[in-house]
Amino acid sequence: MNIAVCVKQIPDPAVPGELDSETKTLKREGKLILDDSDAYGVEMALQLADKAGGGDVTLVSMVPNDEVSGLRTALAMGAAKAVLVSDPALAGSDSLGTAKVIAKAVERVGDIDLVLTATESTDGYTGTIPGQVAELLGWPALTFAKHVEVGDGKVSIQRQTEAGFDEVEASLPAVVSVTAGVVEPRYPSFKGIMAAKNKPVDQVKADDLGLGADQVGWTGARQQIVSVAAAPEREAGEKIEDEGDAHERIVAFLEQLKVV
Amino acid sequence: MPVGKVWVYAEAEEGQATSVTTELLTKAREVGETVEAVASVADADALATQVGEFGATKLYAVDPGDALSGVVGGAALVQLVEEHQPDLVLFAQSYDGRDALSRLSARLDRPVLTNGNSVDVDGDTVKVGTAIFGGNTIVEATFDGPKPYLAAIRPKSFAAEPSGGGAAEVVKVEGVDAGRAGEAKVLERHVEEREGPKLEDAEVVVSGGRGLGGAEHYEPLVEELAKLLKGASGASRAIVDAGWVPYAKQVGQTGKTVKPKVYIAIGISGATQHMVGMKGSDNIIAINKDGEAPIFGVADLGVVGDAHKVVPKLIEALKAKG
Repeated sequence: MNIAVCVKQIPDPAVPGELDSETKTLKREGKLILDDSDAYGVEMALQLADKAGGGDVTLVSMVPNDEVSGLRTALAMGAAKAVLVSDPALAGSDSLGTAKVIAKAVERVGDIDLVLTATESTDGYTGTIPGQVAELLGWPALTFAKHVEVGDGKVSIQRQTEAGFDEVEASLPAVVSVTAGVVEPRYPSFKGIMAAKNKPVDQVKADDLGLGADQVGWTGARQQIVSVAAAPEREAGEKIEDEGDAHERIVAFLEQLKVV
Repeated sequence: MPVGKVWVYAEAEEGQATSVTTELLTKAREVGETVEAVASVADADALATQVGEFGATKLYAVDPGDALSGVVGGAALVQLVEEHQPDLVLFAQSYDGRDALSRLSARLDRPVLTNGNSVDVDGDTVKVGTAIFGGNTIVEATFDGPKPYLAAIRPKSFAAEPSGGGAAEVVKVEGVDAGRAGEAKVLERHVEEREGPKLEDAEVVVSGGRGLGGAEHYEPLVEELAKLLKGASGASRAIVDAGWVPYAKQVGQTGKTVKPKVYIAIGISGATQHMVGMKGSDNIIAINKDGEAPIFGVADLGVVGDAHKVVPKLIEALKAKG
């Protein structure tokens, strides 16, 4: 079974984000790392391919620059190869523009049974790309999966709902988005890290995928950021050290609020 | 000046309109001249009464059967948009809302603005505000290009106020073709028993983070305290990622937004990811070992201490009060 996993290289979330003063979008110049959310999709893909008795796990990703370090992390985990759409023309792409690129990249890989994605990225978090990619490919999308099984040309998932979960099934090929924490992503081994350096990364431009400048990047996004302002600050209140009786202060506070 | 026709993608749970549906309808009344709802539900009549109370005059309804509700809803919208040409369609940033929105966006080739906390209209310009960087910055964006404009709004962004309207007129939508996407079937629904209120509707929310030290401490510390306070239990992203609790419990940027009367953060440091989901709470209590943790910057009452010592005593004290 051949699986494509969508992965995103993002600015380190541990470092406070910054907006570009001119474009008013998130600065992405520094080092980019593999989005933690995507490690679950990669792990899930490796496990599913293993269970199915073989097949390739291919990474699909896009960046406006030539960054590959995040991809190498996922390759080191065990993915076989990657398609990286790397093009300055992609800067400023919105979620639909991104989905167009991903869908074309999946078609470029060819012979894919399953596309795995996270539910949303850590830096953009629109949460619409899995459905948009599926619609563009004409495939079903099973979203918010907390458990995934594949067999007999079908994929079945446990889909997170507000009340619990639904068991949902569709025939392949399909797109599945997985929630965080569904599997435990493996740490790349030293051997894996060394092997990743030589794994093929098919680097292409938007143009190579037949996508014009009107479909991706700023122009394709068809939206304007009109203002950026500081939100009203919330003031800190009382802070106490626990000397063994802090719970009494909490009870008093809850009483004052008439919660107890 | 309002826009002409605003649609709200309405959702129901256990036969009730979700609270975010009523919030969106309230906002739609403020920014639009005509407010109508679209839903993918089995029982359209029950929902028609509820969306009518919040100002929708019509409810376009499709029955998803055993297909995915949002997928069928999105396909129905494709058909309806063509026929009725709304100016703006508002979705909840929910599971099914995003399914419907993403399908519609790709089919119509329209961009989406998501994670909205505000919607403002001036003539033909629709502006959607989004809180970023843990809620310390508000970015406002407008749509360029052809209508309809599509936006997803986070729950709890607006207060819901009934309009006093009667039931919306139900217009059944037939012949919806979701293509291969419509072949995805719901085989079985599992309802997990929930004691107490829903996370988003609770007056009190108790959330746990990495500082709990292990998955086994979530139930006796976080859930137990939530139960005593008749509240709901939540979590930071760190412990959802670690697999301690399911995604549905996550509070934050990539999870839920809550605005309870009291929010109690136990062992949560206060990453920007988390703050954006709880900063709007009326009162915040934080318990954390690290006195420098950013959570104390927003806490009305901050306790620097070991959750394993403070919380059991707090639980005992509350039990003793009865």
